[in-house]
Amino acid sequence: MRKRSLIPILYIAFLMLPIYWLVAMSFKTTNEILSGFSLFPQTFTLDNYKVIFTDPSWYWGYINSIIYVSMNTVISVAVALPAAYAFSRYRFLGDKQLFFWLLTNRMAPAAVFALPFFQLYSSVGLFDTHIAVALAHCLFNIPLAVWILEGFMGGVPKELDETAYVDGYSFPHFFVTIFLPTIKAGVGVAAFFCFMFSWVELLLAKTLTAVQAKPIAAEMTKTASSAGYELGLLAAAGTLTIIPGAIVIYFVRNYIAKGFALGRV
Amino acid sequence: MKTENQKAWFFVLPVLLLVAFNALVPIMTVVNYSVQETFGNNVFFWQGLDWFEQILRSDRFQAALGRQFLFTFLILIIEIPLGIIIALSMPKKGMWVPVCLVLMALPMLIPWNVVGAMWNIFTLPKIGLLGYFMNDVLGIAYDMTQNPFAAWVTIIVMDVWHWTSLVVLLSYAGLVSIPDAYYQAAKIDGASPWKVFRYIQLPKMKTVLTIAILLRFMDSFNIYTEPFVLTGGGPGNSTTLLSIDLVKIALGQFDLGPAAAMSLIYFAITLLVSWLFYTLMTKDDAQ
Repeated sequence: MRKRSLIPILYIAFLMLPIYWLVAMSFKTTNEILSGFSLFPQTFTLDNYKVIFTDPSWYWGYINSIIYVSMNTVISVAVALPAAYAFSRYRFLGDKQLFFWLLTNRMAPAAVFALPFFQLYSSVGLFDTHIAVALAHCLFNIPLAVWILEGFMGGVPKELDETAYVDGYSFPHFFVTIFLPTIKAGVGVAAFFCFMFSWVELLLAKTLTAVQAKPIAAEMTKTASSAGYELGLLAAAGTLTIIPGAIVIYFVRNYIAKGFALGRV
Repeated sequence: MKTENQKAWFFVLPVLLLVAFNALVPIMTVVNYSVQETFGNNVFFWQGLDWFEQILRSDRFQAALGRQFLFTFLILIIEIPLGIIIALSMPKKGMWVPVCLVLMALPMLIPWNVVGAMWNIFTLPKIGLLGYFMNDVLGIAYDMTQNPFAAWVTIIVMDVWHWTSLVVLLSYAGLVSIPDAYYQAAKIDGASPWKVFRYIQLPKMKTVLTIAILLRFMDSFNIYTEPFVLTGGGPGNSTTLLSIDLVKIALGQFDLGPAAAMSLIYFAITLLVSWLFYTLMTKDDAQ
């Protein structure tokens, strides 16, 4: 048993090493980074973080990201709920084809869509707005949300619906007061995944924004190009992007495995 | 059994509209470009399928496609078995389970370009932890900006770091759904650990593993940001994967026609392989 638990421990250590290095770098001065190797920060400094929290172009990057990620999560889950219910409860003309077509959008390489997306959102006058990025991310998040929710809903026996109708519940009343609470774990997991994929995606977010809605991840490229120059600042900005993910993951920790299985365990 | 109800379409309509807006208009734009030639000023000439022929025959595309398949193949062959081994050795219950799950999921929640930047900082010679350790402690010359082999090893290790947890979490979800009675029965029969794995654990993990392979195939085949930030496709073209090459052609050289044709070929390959997995998976669902 002892020997066995060595494998997850080694694996987690491997996962934590680059993260540790990023965090350690964020507390070092540029001088220290460039002057040579040190395992721990020798002259511990918070200057890198100070720059980020006092420069509007930096901290607005975070606010922009949070705004469009939240918008996307709300839109994706809201429209995916009724659709997933339809897929899990009814047969209708073209249902299988539609379900697969939705999935194909999860498969599309973002690089394929970058330029047409820019043209599309420019022509409808949404370029450089939060809602543009939120809508664009729906392309891959809605299919994912439908897929996850359908998996969770499939686990709820149909008798629940039928009993409610016999008891005189209308559909909206039943859906909100009985069905939603039953699958609230699924809703949480779907929201988590939408948050996650919208948060980590950069190519489309960067293509669709210039100034007003520029995501933090794009903001970081301005230091990345000058290799070795502002590594401490880059590391601090990177460290801060890990925190929102770490917070949301804590809330879904008991369901995350089931969520990754798309509710199909 | 599901009931037939055509009104269900109304439930699906919002999803349909939103996704169609995002999917159909751009894909039609791409199709448009792929059969036309432009010299700017919005003047287009009909080109037919010339771009497709040109792309399919070009050495550059074939080389990028070859690198892409090699990358995806290596990713699947490393991450899937590794993920299963880690999932098998994880505790089934106890206070350490949520800790393990949260720590393991952490890399997946980091923005993709931060992943690239993080690995850049980690592997820099003299400055990075790994770069320093390899060069100055072990004495192995390691610089991925100079050496294509080092660059390949680095992007593979980075992806293993980034996504193996997905396979672990999926396999783990499959494993904990196995009732204890199965293991007790196996014990009474005196089954070896291998037999337990082969005849109890593996069949139970089949659905989740199919999802894992499907997701890992799609995402590693479409990968762009992480290797782009880490190596920029270099040294030379050695790590220029399909997406990186596509963006170079489309946004770097502004060759819209060839880029569009390449996009469609690229998408078609992803679709074909994913469709094979999907039919396999829904066949399992039906049983």
